[in-house]
Amino acid sequence: MASVVSRRSQRLREAVLGYLLILPALAVFGVFVFYPFARNFKLALYQTPPFPGLPSHYVGLHQVGQVLTSSNFLQSLLTTIFFVVLVVPAGLLLGLFLAVAAHRHLRGIAVYRIIFSSTVVSSVAVAALVFGTLMNPVVGFLPWLGINPHPPILENTTWALPAIAVMAVWQFLGLSFIIMSAGLSSLPEEVLEAARVDGASSWTTFWRVTVPLLSPTLFFGVVVATIYAFQTFGQIDILIGSQNAAYEHVNVLIYNVYTTLQINGDPGRAAVLSIALFLLTLTLTLVQMRFLERRVSYAS
Amino acid sequence: MAQIVFDQVTKRYGDVRAVDDLSLAVGDGELLVLLGPSGCGKTTALRMVAGLEVVDEGTVAIGDRVVNDVEPRDRDVAMVFQSYALYPHLTVAKNLEFPLRQRGVPKEERERRAVDVARTLGLEPFLGRKPGQLSGGQRQRVALGRAIVRSPKAFLMDEPLSNLDAALRVQTRADIVALQQRLGTTTIYVTHDQVEAMTMGHRIAVMDHGRLQQVAAPQELYDRPGNSFVAAFLGSPGMNLIGGRVAVEAEGGTAIRTAAGDVLLQGAQASVASHHEQPVVLGVRPEHLRISPGGALEGTVLLVELLGAETQVICELADHSRVVVRQQADQARPRLGEPVRIAVEPAAVHLFTEDGSRLEEKTAA
Repeated sequence: MASVVSRRSQRLREAVLGYLLILPALAVFGVFVFYPFARNFKLALYQTPPFPGLPSHYVGLHQVGQVLTSSNFLQSLLTTIFFVVLVVPAGLLLGLFLAVAAHRHLRGIAVYRIIFSSTVVSSVAVAALVFGTLMNPVVGFLPWLGINPHPPILENTTWALPAIAVMAVWQFLGLSFIIMSAGLSSLPEEVLEAARVDGASSWTTFWRVTVPLLSPTLFFGVVVATIYAFQTFGQIDILIGSQNAAYEHVNVLIYNVYTTLQINGDPGRAAVLSIALFLLTLTLTLVQMRFLERRVSYAS
Repeated sequence: MAQIVFDQVTKRYGDVRAVDDLSLAVGDGELLVLLGPSGCGKTTALRMVAGLEVVDEGTVAIGDRVVNDVEPRDRDVAMVFQSYALYPHLTVAKNLEFPLRQRGVPKEERERRAVDVARTLGLEPFLGRKPGQLSGGQRQRVALGRAIVRSPKAFLMDEPLSNLDAALRVQTRADIVALQQRLGTTTIYVTHDQVEAMTMGHRIAVMDHGRLQQVAAPQELYDRPGNSFVAAFLGSPGMNLIGGRVAVEAEGGTAIRTAAGDVLLQGAQASVASHHEQPVVLGVRPEHLRISPGGALEGTVLLVELLGAETQVICELADHSRVVVRQQADQARPRLGEPVRIAVEPAAVHLFTEDGSRLEEKTAA
């Protein structure tokens, strides 16, 4: 009897200690994530008058419907989807290509691995500056190559978004390379050898054995790349900005949230847009998990 | 079907010679076991036949063709891996068909041959399953099936039974022997398990430190080990090795003088008298030792292991070396720590030089 009591009190003490230990993290998350997250939902229900200083008033779900049916939102959504389509496949395939190229036992190959993964540690601001210079209509690399559209690339309604996508792909390449490399090195060597002995060429081995075995990694890569594409903000803000002629054509959802709040001063609409982005990311991730995971073959 | 010939083959990893000057011919239709402790180079030798390792020196030939520069897929050999290396994303049927598909065998024939092989190996009910849904033994059979389905020139098997439990291993061992016999396909079988080697191989090639130690039929290898390594490696437990010197006794006999006593030699063994005073290693198998009051060697009982039908008595000799004595279970068991005398069956003594090579006894004739 006594031992039961002491065991119970010990468990209680352990529980109290556990909660105490996670309390600081919980407080930080609470203040900077959970509270703003909840507050955002409230904001979405209030409309801000167009003139500063006047109090916002409760409009309920009216504003949500208004924003989600507006041409601004639909245009922004299409731009986002287009951007994802540009970034995700290119980022993953190039990462896979580099990973396959670097996945061999060669002297000095580590140098290449470091170079290929280096974009992970480059800051958005620095990278934007580099790409901004490359695409500069006067001193840039592209005009030097003879590619000099008018208006200049970063003000060009057709080419501004692909240009941002190129930079986003470049910056994602490091992470993509690391993910793919990790996936490749976890593949069972003997299975690939079995394929060679069984008569498969390198090409066949890659498509019929490597890629199927790599599918969990590819799946993970698709989810990460999509979220990355959804959250590409800095590149757009630094290279294009809201004063640019091409602004409307690069106004992806995350940038739209920012301009709606900071430039138009409309926290209500911005809140609705950010909720839409959140739900879009969540849905897409869940859908990808459900549909892709079924086709993924995990090694036994 | 073909013979496989290693001719002065060397494989280096940096400064290490994984396989060192290996010359060995595997006959057409033979089942040759490559036996040795881990790191002895047996798997590397096998992988050089498969084309998965580059040959640094010498040549490997399959049939009449030197294959040093031939791609694995063009060598027409099939390999069974220790991990089975099945394609986890393909069904059993597709796994079996894979090698055929790479060779452009038409779909119907592929399917027919896969089903045939599956029937032979009792895999028919599992054709639609993926490897992850099979037991270890079933996976092992799929790996075998994938090897035999395309009737290759040779089978290369790399410890294919080591992931199975003991009972299944014994059964599969027999199955592989029967299968190899029926197909008559040249087979190199790599293992570190000397029981597997003894029971399966037509011949056994023992390797250590990259070098071939001896090639012989199993019984010959056991009865006349070429050196002390083979003597100690083969047998469970291996041969007892006791250091000593050749001594010609006053009465004219020859003995090996060890720290634990003198062992008198008889017959052909006694011809080593010319090696008087030279250091030698005396080898004697556990079944040729006996605890007996009149025994030549003096020791203390360290451990008594009961194995059911027999008992292993491990004794420590005066120089702290250990010997294992095997006796029938119904014989009186000595107590732990008891001082005992151990008799050596004179006819069963092997003699090795200090560096391990066999001291060739001159035959009486």
